[in-house]
Amino acid sequence: MKSLVITQAILEQHKLSEDEYKKILEILGREPNWTELGMFSAMWSEHCSYKSSRIHLKKLPTTGPRVVQGPGENAGAVDIGDGLCAVFKMESHNHPSFIEPYQGAATGVGGILRDIFTMGARPIALLNSLRFGGLDNANTRHLLKGVVSGIAGYGNCMGVPTVGGEIVFNDIYALNPLVNVFCVGIARKDKIFLGKAAGVGNPVIYFGSKTGRDGIHGATMASDSFDEQAAQKRPTVQVGDPFTEKLLLEACLELMAGDCLVGIQDMGAAGLTSSACEMASREGTGVELELADVPRREPGMTPYEIMLSESQERMLMVAKAGREDEVIKICRKWDLDVAVIGRVTDTGKVVLKENGQIVAEIPAKALADDGPRYDRPSSPPAYQEMLQSLNYDALPDVKDANATLLELLDAPTIASKRWVYEQYDHMVRTNTMVRPGSDAAVLRVKGTNKALALSVDCNGRYCLLNPYEGAKIAIAECARNLACSGAEPIGVTDCLNFGNPQRPEVMWQFVLAIEGLKDACEALSVPIVSGNVSLYNETNDLSIYPTPMIGMVGLIEDADHTATQWFKQAGDVIILLGRTREDLGGSEYLKIVHHREQGSPPLLNLEDERAVQACTIRLIREGLVQSAHDCSDGGLAVALAECCISGPDGHIGAVIQLPLDGLRRDALLFGESQSRIVLSVKQEQVDSVLNAARNAGVPASRIGVVGGSRLMIRVDGDQRVAGCTIDLEVPNVHERWASAIPRALGQD
Amino acid sequence: MNIGVVVFPGSNCDHDCEYIFKDVLGQSVKMIWHKDTLPAGLDAVVLPGGFSYGDYLRTGAIARFSPVMGAVKTFAREGGLVIGICNGFQILLEAGLLPGVMLRNTSLNFICKDVYVKVENAATRFTNRCESGQVLKIPIAHADGNYYTDPVTLGGIKANAQVIFRYCTAEGKVTPEANPNGSLDNIAGIMNADGNVLGMMPHPERSAETVLGNEDGRLIFLSMLSAFGKTEQQSRLVSV
Repeated sequence: MKSLVITQAILEQHKLSEDEYKKILEILGREPNWTELGMFSAMWSEHCSYKSSRIHLKKLPTTGPRVVQGPGENAGAVDIGDGLCAVFKMESHNHPSFIEPYQGAATGVGGILRDIFTMGARPIALLNSLRFGGLDNANTRHLLKGVVSGIAGYGNCMGVPTVGGEIVFNDIYALNPLVNVFCVGIARKDKIFLGKAAGVGNPVIYFGSKTGRDGIHGATMASDSFDEQAAQKRPTVQVGDPFTEKLLLEACLELMAGDCLVGIQDMGAAGLTSSACEMASREGTGVELELADVPRREPGMTPYEIMLSESQERMLMVAKAGREDEVIKICRKWDLDVAVIGRVTDTGKVVLKENGQIVAEIPAKALADDGPRYDRPSSPPAYQEMLQSLNYDALPDVKDANATLLELLDAPTIASKRWVYEQYDHMVRTNTMVRPGSDAAVLRVKGTNKALALSVDCNGRYCLLNPYEGAKIAIAECARNLACSGAEPIGVTDCLNFGNPQRPEVMWQFVLAIEGLKDACEALSVPIVSGNVSLYNETNDLSIYPTPMIGMVGLIEDADHTATQWFKQAGDVIILLGRTREDLGGSEYLKIVHHREQGSPPLLNLEDERAVQACTIRLIREGLVQSAHDCSDGGLAVALAECCISGPDGHIGAVIQLPLDGLRRDALLFGESQSRIVLSVKQEQVDSVLNAARNAGVPASRIGVVGGSRLMIRVDGDQRVAGCTIDLEVPNVHERWASAIPRALGQD
Repeated sequence: MNIGVVVFPGSNCDHDCEYIFKDVLGQSVKMIWHKDTLPAGLDAVVLPGGFSYGDYLRTGAIARFSPVMGAVKTFAREGGLVIGICNGFQILLEAGLLPGVMLRNTSLNFICKDVYVKVENAATRFTNRCESGQVLKIPIAHADGNYYTDPVTLGGIKANAQVIFRYCTAEGKVTPEANPNGSLDNIAGIMNADGNVLGMMPHPERSAETVLGNEDGRLIFLSMLSAFGKTEQQSRLVSV
């Protein structure tokens, strides 16, 4: 191995600190060569090593009676009975999507799909959480269109339905959009595959696409902040080929149906480097690879390029010795490149050869697990107190509630996302019982009577104002969405999007958010089984709002007992579960109407939350509920409007009467108090429902009746307005809400 | 009834079609790899939806060269029942088993949603369980469903009652607003002159079960069964 002089400039280019370089020297007992330096750089990047987050992630609850596979593998898995598991994970592709929205989003979908089918699961659903700037910005419109078509282009071709998601528009994300993709698959519990290189002498087999020069340093790019030169990083974004991935999926599942596989892992960030060293490290073995045997797109690629390429649609597997031909035959059936490129060894090292000459030799564990760990300093930002304090007396109460309600429904964050989800095939595989547009998507599980409910959620503004409460609410609201569908939450995956961890205020947000996630998961008895951390989400020194995105899986034991959010029938009685407080801080109303993103977000009592969710699930299971909808962005008035207008088969009105109870009118109508659910129930079930709620200790009140073509909300005790506070024709309400995004995109 | 479902590389509604015929309707189903030929004894062949060969050249343009397509053509020529759904319809057009071509949707976007189609001809082996003029709610999911052909061909297929489904409103009115993709004359599905090959863009397999909230699409499959004097068998649960 030729030695080279490692300069400060070379280290900076590889995003390695001097201390980190010293550690590399210790591990190797010598200077690394160029290839080895590149491998360390990728594996010790924030993206791959979780060096700033790992000590905090340990605090998260990851165990439970249903957990079959917790964090640390390609994805998590929870038992859903009938010998089956739900296998799921969420991952970010934020940086690539900003640089090149179509391919960035498409390869984000491709990457998470591979994580799921690598485990032996057939992917059954995709959801996504997106964050963009305001739609008045031309670049944001370009990013939204590109990201949506990228997700559609990849997911649709794969035949995996995109069944739901959420999108928030806020200027803070204008130069750092978030693209988080959540994928769920189903596997047999006794056929879960792991990424392990077991059995000394077993062949290491490469299959999928050929390796090209694309995506080199993708992991390092994803661990960096952005500035005006971001566009120059376009070549680090990979190009997706969903057709090849579809072949890869079918080939993998065919291989897994037999018994020739020992371990398998996809080549995601840091490509062949990460798959090789992680598979060996997990098992305590080593691997020896011959790089000349790696299928390549072009001649003349160096070991450095081969090891750091992030070309998509590639897999690495370890098969049983002597079964190579079987594996090769199946891969060839699906027209995939395949090659035996090495063997499992007992040396504990990743040894790379090029035509027999050793070109790199590194202990696998050192690369995969012994990367640096940082307990970075954390302290609240100087502006935190200013953010949280808000003099509500200085803000005028709502004057024209009709106009305010329409303004909120017109805000792209709240408006109908039909323009987006109609571009996604959300029905392929014929499992989708509840399509996009309700609190959660619901999919039946073929071969059983069960269904899974899926939801994603996070309010970044709450997390900015109070990272602990905001993270708690993200878990609680996601679980509440599932409860509104009749599902019991059984597992969480997270995607923690934060700014630059070298800023103490960002670490402060991160550490508090972890505490919030922990407390909420423990209170609701739901474990976190997989996840992803995306740091350095800042551009030109401006960090995004802390955005710990949550994806959650819920189980419905009997698929017949599922609820949706929209009102069903005239004459049904509307019941509000939960209590409305003066919770205006951090609300969408304050942002839209008063242009303030300030105050304390609503405080969440986890005991109340647990009770209201359990009560809702029980009522749905007992068949007492016609519809159930969570109150979130825009508060009770928006939730009621959505109940009227979001049904797939037309709309229906409602007549509501609310007590003011000494609240401000805007807080009553648009405040975002937590732990509230709007139910509609048949007249003859009202007493049973109210009794059940009382017995469960859940506040419940009858607030109105479904019917007519107007949405009327009268506020009792309101001295200022004689008549109804809100009185609107439902078709007009629907029109504003339904056309808002196409209108903002100039496509109305 | 013996059904063969062809699996092209990139097919992604093959399992859905298998599920409907086998698990919901209780028929015998064989999955046929595109490099193989058709087994003997089939009553009907399904070309399922998806993105055969990634739709990278033009939808269906490569799949028509798949080895199995020779056998499918022979099967059709000999009177066998062939149904192409979505990408399957596109392949039938490219293979010349049905007349016309598919253009991009006028919106240039992929569109996935429920649409209504009017049954224009109920006297076929694919629609005999429908009423003439009946409106069916069936979802579409495609980027290239904008059917086009020359005026002479269009006149021919209309005169010959080969237009089977047209996009319409919920009330059955065939209007431009009810046309989701710009398709010529609101055409959603056509049949060959011999009445044994049907291509349709909407996905009946996605609307054939109560659990999915809509059974309108089931009428297409039940019609095919009726054409062979069969009825649906007791459905059963299978493990995944």
